[in-house]
Amino acid sequence: MEKNLEQLFQEKINKEIRIEPKDWMPEKYRQTLIRQISQHAHSEIVGMLPEGNWITRAPNLRRKAILLAKVQDEAGHGLYLYSAAETLGISRDEMYEQLHSGKAKYSSIFNYPTLSWADMGAIGWLVDGAAIMNQVPLCRTSYGPYARAMVRVCKEESFHQRQGFEILLTLSRGNEAQRRMAQDAINRWWWPSIMMFGPKDDESPNTIQSMKWKIKRFTNDELRQKFVDICAEQIKILNLTIPDPDLKWNEERGHYDFGAINWDEFWQVIAGNGPCNKQRLDARKKAWDDGKWVREAACAYAAKRAARKEVKVA
Amino acid sequence: MKQYIIKQYYGDYGEGKNGAADISTSGSSKQEWPLWEVFIRSKQGLDHKHVGSLHAADAQMAIENARDVYTRRNEGISIWVVESKHIHASNPDEADALYDPANDKAYRHPTFYDLPDELTHI
Repeated sequence: MEKNLEQLFQEKINKEIRIEPKDWMPEKYRQTLIRQISQHAHSEIVGMLPEGNWITRAPNLRRKAILLAKVQDEAGHGLYLYSAAETLGISRDEMYEQLHSGKAKYSSIFNYPTLSWADMGAIGWLVDGAAIMNQVPLCRTSYGPYARAMVRVCKEESFHQRQGFEILLTLSRGNEAQRRMAQDAINRWWWPSIMMFGPKDDESPNTIQSMKWKIKRFTNDELRQKFVDICAEQIKILNLTIPDPDLKWNEERGHYDFGAINWDEFWQVIAGNGPCNKQRLDARKKAWDDGKWVREAACAYAAKRAARKEVKVA
Repeated sequence: MKQYIIKQYYGDYGEGKNGAADISTSGSSKQEWPLWEVFIRSKQGLDHKHVGSLHAADAQMAIENARDVYTRRNEGISIWVVESKHIHASNPDEADALYDPANDKAYRHPTFYDLPDELTHI
């Protein structure tokens, strides 16, 4: 019997052959990827906002230079990912429109405010840590351009997490007020960070198909558990606490047990009711609108120069 | 089917991408900067290698942006940019016909020849 295109496609996936832009792919695969990659790109771009807030208030020049470099990396990561999504046939402007209109989502973690300098530490350690946990398996995702973008992202991301931990470590060795500040930041960022892995497996409708297509390599709950296990050990070095009374080692499972996640809060923030949803989107839209004349001027300048060149040739 | 799904012709991107030459000065807000493919030489003696793409109004801006996007950690010493619309790619559906003829020509490889072990420097 003749195999249909969909079967041949799945066979390639099963054999770990990467899918490239011009290869045949099921429409649903293409759309799932466009949704996931653009959402990922938007997260990098919106993710600059909570940290950008602290660039001018970094405690010293060293911290300021580091934070600038980190935020610049995030812009770069957004660009790698937008380019990967464009290979699937969606335009850059179309993706921006989806973000600005609220049709496309971004990681809901960025809808929380950054209240103190210690938040830069907590974001680096926890938020970037959770992102890395998600991103490392994506370096082997089945779609070639996405996997290649993720390899670059992951290479650059590890400094983000380390600088965050270093901020917390420095505060944790400081005076009482500094220790309190570090603990307060961890208290506020812990739960939103472990929500970053997404809904529980039995409430994540896309997971099964995404695993079959090897877009995803691990389920949300698997990655979340891995993250909790690692953080539960790392916090000991800070001599601070993770704000979860139910967090304890389970010898039998070989993992840490942890408390119930407030999923109501998770869905509320996704639905647009987080503390900073409006502020973040407004900032993005303002940047886009304020940049309009720059985009147009660059086009006009390029056209003028091209015309001048033509005259010379003629 | 959503209309933003377009068929692929050139390179990894659709042929619908505008080139710098097509840019009008009318300043329509719908005008997207053209797409460029970026190639980086990581050090003297090595080939330029494709690293990704970006949008820019012209070649000079594409090189400057490529510097910021793709060489933040000393990844390169030389950059090429080519407008994506100028990349022509082979069709993956024709891969068999294109590459099949090489399959049965094992005699093109040195290991094809069975020679005595005493024979050296060959």
